[in-house]
Amino acid sequence: MIYFDNAATSLPKPEPVLKAVLMAMQEAGNPGRGAYEASLRASRLLFEARQTSARLLGVKDPARIAFTKNVTEALNLAIGWIPEGSHVISTVTEHNSVLRPLYRSGNEVSFLEADEDGKLCYGDLDGLLKKNTKAIVITHASNVTGRITEIRRIADFAKAHGLLLIVDGAQAAGAVPIHAEEDGIDIYCFTGHKGLMGPQGTGGIYVRTGLEENWKLTPLNVGGSGIRSFDPTQPEEMPVALEAGTLNTPGIAGLNAGMQYVLQHKPERILQHEQTLARHFIAETRDLPGIHYYGWSQEEIDQIHKETLDRMAPEFWHTGMVSLNIGEEDAAWIADALWERAGVCVRAGAHCAPKMHEHFGTVAQGIVRFSFSWFNTLEEVKTAAEALRDIVLEE
Amino acid sequence: MRKKTKKLVTTFHTTTEALKAEALCIAHHVEGRMIPVPREISAGCGLAWMSPLEKKEDLWELLKSENIVYEESCEVML
Repeated sequence: MIYFDNAATSLPKPEPVLKAVLMAMQEAGNPGRGAYEASLRASRLLFEARQTSARLLGVKDPARIAFTKNVTEALNLAIGWIPEGSHVISTVTEHNSVLRPLYRSGNEVSFLEADEDGKLCYGDLDGLLKKNTKAIVITHASNVTGRITEIRRIADFAKAHGLLLIVDGAQAAGAVPIHAEEDGIDIYCFTGHKGLMGPQGTGGIYVRTGLEENWKLTPLNVGGSGIRSFDPTQPEEMPVALEAGTLNTPGIAGLNAGMQYVLQHKPERILQHEQTLARHFIAETRDLPGIHYYGWSQEEIDQIHKETLDRMAPEFWHTGMVSLNIGEEDAAWIADALWERAGVCVRAGAHCAPKMHEHFGTVAQGIVRFSFSWFNTLEEVKTAAEALRDIVLEE
Repeated sequence: MRKKTKKLVTTFHTTTEALKAEALCIAHHVEGRMIPVPREISAGCGLAWMSPLEKKEDLWELLKSENIVYEESCEVML
């Protein structure tokens, strides 16, 4: 099997992740419920994971990180803090984990457009502002094209207009260096099972210090907190305010190990490796009849030179992802042929990002997405490219 | 492009129903495999069960016997 669906879930996980999950299940009790060793181990483990998350996100205080079951839960939480009657700015590149909570809120939403290569039209931001605009919700990197958002530019815009900035880091965390505090991001939502190399069912949310002075941070759940048990309401301090009930300690132990692995190898090096594989894949397939890449301009494709790829420095505008179609052929059929012929695992279909597919005109056709990881090799890329070539050129 | 042949494709409203059908087919040795839903068919779930045309009656009977409701079951060039 050649696994190129790392933008959905990264696979395999580093060995320390497996060990951390196992160790937590063997040794960690219930966090925050006792001063005996097994409970303390669990508490320390969660605290260490908060410290690691804070390092990874560029945040000083680990208490500003709360754990959730994934980025979707974190985004539902944060989008729920935008008051009723607000106007919100988002983008056409968003995943349903942003779109559906926004629609459910009933708030009015305006969408920043993208150009034909999936690059956001930043210059149009001012024109989207309304008197009641309260927030901007935006992805750090598109799950369809891999285009990385100029997040500092968005943060400056949000700050200049007093908007709450919520960032969906699902596709960026682990590959794109994050400076949440320095960039002035209010809320950063992340998931554990993609670039952070942790288990599914893990994720978290960073909430800027002092945000609760102006925004009501209502939790999704209230319940056990291990502290102030006789209070009828959930404690308001971060992170316990957002973490009612016993957390997924073994999962978070795995996430912690995954984040440590990422930090040890450095996100920019991981990005460089994944980008190099993406460019090699394009170099091996760009002459195929009818091939069309999404998220890469013709100029960017033409600039790929195989000989210099291995000496390339990381560029912070694209993750290690190649999305494509072959003529009018059904993306699902291409994906299945790749699996059947060469055991290549890719994502096809609609990618839970309806506005991106409307934008590219691929609602019916879908898109085939190859998403590479730190563990993929050039040999695998060449095998997949060869398989695609065979499928396309077979008479 | 690679040649296509006619297959029977059966879709379901949810992934759980699709997996129920797969488990049932495996248990009863009804030939086929999971594929991503072809665009010719609209479906609630992204997985479809693909089987040879000659297995149509066996498959339908089996699904009916276990009250597994499928969304569509039709012939598609794949």
